[in-house]
Amino acid sequence: MGLLSDPNRRRALTSLLTRLNTPLCVLCYLAGVAWFMGLAFEPFTLRTYMSENAMGSTMVEERFTGGERALSAAREFAVHKKKAGGMPVEWLVQAMQSRGLEVYTQTFSRTLPFPDESKERYMVKGTNVYGILRAPRAPRTESLVLSAPCSPGTANNQAVGLLLSLAQYFRGQIYWAKDLIFLVNDHDLIGMEAWLEGYHDVNITGISAQPLQGRGGSIQAALSLELSSDVITSLDLVLEGLNGQLPNLDLTNLFYAFCQKTGILCTIQGKLQRNDWDTVAGYTHSVQTMLLMVLRQASGRPWGDHGLFLRYHIEAATVRGINSFRQYKTDITTVGKLLEGMYRKLNNLLERLHQSYFFYLLPSLSRFVSIGYYMPAFSLLALILLLRALDLWVQLSTPIAGLEDGTVEGEEVSGPGVLSLVTPVLISHLTGVALYILPVLSQHAAVQHFPVSETEAVVLTAITIYVAGLALPHNTHRVLSGEGTERGWRLLKLLGLLYLAVLLGCTALINFSLGFILALTQVPIAALITPHVPRLLCAGAMILLSPGCTLLLCLFLYQELQEAPLTLLEGWGLFLSAVSQGILDHHLYGSLLYPLLALFIFPCWLLLWNILFWK
Amino acid sequence: MAAPLALGLIVAVTIRAALFRSSFADLIAERVEVVSPLNAWKRVVEGLALLDLGVSPYSGDVFHETPLVIYFFHFVIDYSEFVFMIADGITAVALYLAVRDYNKIMFRKQKYALEADRYPHDVVELFRTPKEMYYIPLKVALFYLLNPFTVLSCVAKSTCGLNNAVIALFILCTIKGSAFLSAIFLALATYQSIYPLTLFAPALLFLVQRLYIPVSLRSPSFWILAVQYGVMFLGSLAIIVCLSFFLLSSWDFIPSVYGFILTVPDLTPNIGLFWYFFAEMFEHFRLFFLCVFQINVFFYIIPLSIKLKEHPVFLMFMQIAIISIFKSYPTVGDIALYMAFLPAWSHLYRFLRNIFLVSCMLLICSMLFPVLWHLWIFAGSANSNFYYAITLVFNVGQILLVSDYFYAYLRREHHLTHGLYLKKKDGSEATLVLK
Repeated sequence: MGLLSDPNRRRALTSLLTRLNTPLCVLCYLAGVAWFMGLAFEPFTLRTYMSENAMGSTMVEERFTGGERALSAAREFAVHKKKAGGMPVEWLVQAMQSRGLEVYTQTFSRTLPFPDESKERYMVKGTNVYGILRAPRAPRTESLVLSAPCSPGTANNQAVGLLLSLAQYFRGQIYWAKDLIFLVNDHDLIGMEAWLEGYHDVNITGISAQPLQGRGGSIQAALSLELSSDVITSLDLVLEGLNGQLPNLDLTNLFYAFCQKTGILCTIQGKLQRNDWDTVAGYTHSVQTMLLMVLRQASGRPWGDHGLFLRYHIEAATVRGINSFRQYKTDITTVGKLLEGMYRKLNNLLERLHQSYFFYLLPSLSRFVSIGYYMPAFSLLALILLLRALDLWVQLSTPIAGLEDGTVEGEEVSGPGVLSLVTPVLISHLTGVALYILPVLSQHAAVQHFPVSETEAVVLTAITIYVAGLALPHNTHRVLSGEGTERGWRLLKLLGLLYLAVLLGCTALINFSLGFILALTQVPIAALITPHVPRLLCAGAMILLSPGCTLLLCLFLYQELQEAPLTLLEGWGLFLSAVSQGILDHHLYGSLLYPLLALFIFPCWLLLWNILFWK
Repeated sequence: MAAPLALGLIVAVTIRAALFRSSFADLIAERVEVVSPLNAWKRVVEGLALLDLGVSPYSGDVFHETPLVIYFFHFVIDYSEFVFMIADGITAVALYLAVRDYNKIMFRKQKYALEADRYPHDVVELFRTPKEMYYIPLKVALFYLLNPFTVLSCVAKSTCGLNNAVIALFILCTIKGSAFLSAIFLALATYQSIYPLTLFAPALLFLVQRLYIPVSLRSPSFWILAVQYGVMFLGSLAIIVCLSFFLLSSWDFIPSVYGFILTVPDLTPNIGLFWYFFAEMFEHFRLFFLCVFQINVFFYIIPLSIKLKEHPVFLMFMQIAIISIFKSYPTVGDIALYMAFLPAWSHLYRFLRNIFLVSCMLLICSMLFPVLWHLWIFAGSANSNFYYAITLVFNVGQILLVSDYFYAYLRREHHLTHGLYLKKKDGSEATLVLK
C-alpha cells in the first residue's frame, strides 16, 4: 500500500512511467515476442504425461485382427456408395445390423446462406447412420463415439471399413462398460452438427433434422477417423475445434502412448517429431509446428469432424491416416489395434477427462506449453496498452491540475470533448454492424445488378464495406463536429486503448492464439498512432496491420509453414475463399471469428484510424 | 432542473423497455452476477405459485423473499416490468432530491464557516461553488439510471431494485430531517435484507447534528434523540415483522430469509467473497468463519462512525459500499447504488490517487466475468478458480475505490483545517501519507 499512498514514491513512479514510456513499450513488445518464440524451445517446455489415473496403470492387450475384413468392407462400401451416388443408407444399415448393432438413421436438410463454392454445395440433404453397441457390463449411462465421414469420391472408404470391422470385433468382447456408438456421418460437419443437435435435443444453428430414435448414455469421448488408403505411413492427430477449443490433453497423451506401443509413426500438424532440439533445424521445426497450431486455432474453425463435439463438453479428436512416399508402412490391422487400445482405456474412465490441461500449445506431440507459460507472452503485449493509457491519462490530467481554480473551464472543455467521442464510436460501430449484416442480406440484390455469383457477391460486398469504412468515419466526424482538438484525440485514443485491452483480454482467454495474433498486429498501431506522425507512411502501415490484411498475412504464413508457398494471385484467391468460409462457418456452426472481427475488432481499428486523420 | 431529469427518466425507461422486449432479457435474468438466490425473479414466481396453491412459500428451499414482497407481487404480478422500472425511477428521484438538499446544507455550512473565518487563507481553491454544485444532483440521478449495472439488474427483475428504492427513500427522509419516516424506511430496508441495520448510526448522527445537538455521549439531549429514534426504528420493525407473521400466520420466514442471509447455505457463485471460500472449507470451521465474514459488514461501522462523526452522509455512502462488498449475496444492483453517489464527491477528485487504475480494474473485471463463466460452465475448460480470481480482483478494486474516496475526504478535511500548503517544522514542504 505504501507504493499507492506515499505521494513522493507515487510521483517518482509516475514520472518514471511517463519518461520511459516508449522504451518500456518497445521492451515489452520485444519481450512478448521473444517469450512466445521461446515457447517452442524444448528445455522451456514440459514433457507430456498421463494425468488420468483410470487410463494410466491398467495396460490392455490388443488382439484386433480384422484388418482384411475391414478392407473388404471398405471395398464393398465403395461399390455401394458409387451406386447410390452418396450415402448407401440401406447397405450400411444392413451391414451394421448384421454385425449385431442397434441401428438408427437420421435425415437432415440444410440450406446454406449462400452457395459454398469450395465444396460445391447449397441445399444439403443427407442421412446419418449410426449403430449402438450396448454396454454389457454396466448401466448404460455413458457412451463413447467412433465416427467416420462418408465423403464424396473415394476418400475415407477405409475409415468406414475399419469402423465396421471394429464394431464386429468389439461386439464379441465382454468388458465394455460404456455404450459404443459407431457413426457414419454424411456431408462431414453439417451431418455431424445435425447428429449432435439431435443427440442432445437442442437446435442452436437452425438446421432441420429428424429427432434421433435411439440414444446411448452421455458421451464421454469421441474419435473421428479419416483413412483413405489400405496402408498408411503415419497417423496425424487433429485437435483444433470450433472457436479454438481444444480437447483435454490426456486424449493426446493417450494417442501418443498407443502410437509408441504399436510402433506407428505419429504426427501433429503433419510434422514428425525430431530429437535434435539443440540444433537450429530442430528448433525451427518445433517453431513451425507450434505456429501451425496457433494459426489453426486462431482461425476458430473445426479442423476435423471432431470439432463440433467440443461445444458439448465432449473430449474429441480426429485421427487422420496419411500415406506419403516414405518406405515405412503400417497396415490397417495395426491402426485397428491402436483404436482398440484407446477405446479400452477410455472405457476404463470413471469420470470425464478433466485431470489434465485444456489450455495448451503443442510444439511436438510429446511436449506441451501450458497456459501459465504462454499467458505472459500475451500479458506483455497487453501491458503496452495499459502503459500507454496511463501515460495519456497523466498527460490529460496534468493541465487541469495546473489551472485548478478553473474547474469550470475543465467542464467546458470536456463537454464537447465527450460529444466528439460519441460520434466516431457510433459511426465505426455502425460500419461494423453493416459489415456483419449486409453481405449475406444483400447477396440477391448484388447478383441482379452485377455479373457475379452469390458467393462472390457476399465476399465482394464484405470487402467493399470494409474499404468504404476506411473513408467513412473521419469524414463524417469532421462534418459533424468541426475541427478536432488536441484533447479530443487524446480522449479518443485513451478510449481506443482501453477498448482494445478489454477486447484482446477477453479474446485471449477464450482463444489464446487469436488473441495473440490480434495483439501482435493491433497493439503497435494502438501504441504509436497520433495525428502528428507522417500520415501517408502510417496510413500504409495501419492498413497493412488492419484485421483484413492480418488475415491475408496469416494465410501466406500458413502456406509457407505448410511448405506450399503461394504466389500473390493464389493468395488473393485463398483470401476470398477464407472470407466466404469464415462467414459460412459462422452461419452453419456458430463460429465466432467473423462477428468478433466485424463487430468489435474492426470498429476498434477504425477508431484508431480516425485518430490518424484527426485534423 | 426538472426537465433534464424527466428526459433522463424517459431515456432510462426506453432502454429498459427495449431490453425487456428483446431476447437478452432471459439471458440477463440467468446471469449470476445480476441475480442471487435472494432476489432472483424466478424464485419470486415460484413463491407466488406455491402461495396460490395454498402451500407455505417457504416450505421448499427456493424462496427467500420477505412476506411483504410476495404479497406485494401477488397484486402486481401482471405489471412486474412497470414495478421494476418505477422502482428505479423512485430511487433516482429520491437520490436527486436527497443530494440537492444535502448540497444546500453543505453550502450553508461552508458559508457560515467562511463568515466565522474558520478556514485558513490558502484553501480558497478547495471551496465549493454553486455553479459546480448545480449539476451534481442530476448527475447522481443519471449515474443511477443509466448505469449498466442498474439496467441489467432491472431487466433481470432482480428485487434488489426494490431494496435500493427503499434505501434511497430512507436517505431522502433522513436528509429532509423527518426522523419518523426515516425510521420507518430504515426498518423496511432492514426487514428486507438485515444489513441496512448498520445505517442506523449515520442516520442518527445526521438527525442529531441537524438539530445542532453536540454528538457526545455525555449530553442528555443526544441520548434522548437516540432513544427516540431507536424506539421508532424498533417499533416499526416489530410492526412490520408482526404484520408478516399475520399475513402467513407462521414464523417460517425468519429462518428462510434471515437465516439464509446469515448462514449462507446456498453457494451458487456470485460476485461476492463467500461462495468459493465456504465451498472449500471443512465443515467444522464453518461457524467460525461465518462469524468472521459477517462481522466484516457490521464491524466497520464503529470505527467509521467515530472517524466520520461530523460527516454522516459520507459515512452513509461508505457503509452502503461496505455492505455491497461484504454482504453474503451481492449483485451488481447493490454496487450501482453506491456508485450513484460518486458524482456527489466530485470535489474530492483532485485528491483521488488511483481512480484511473481502479476504474480500469473494475471495467476489465466486469467484462471478464461472463467470459470466465463461459469457459468454466459451458466450455468446461476453465474451472471455478478462474472465476473466483476475477471475483477477488473485482472486490479488491471496489475496496481500493472506497478507501481512495475515504482518504480523499479525510485529506480535504485536513486541508480545510490546516491549510492547503503544509509545512514541516523546518519549513520545507510537507506531504500527507496514509500509513
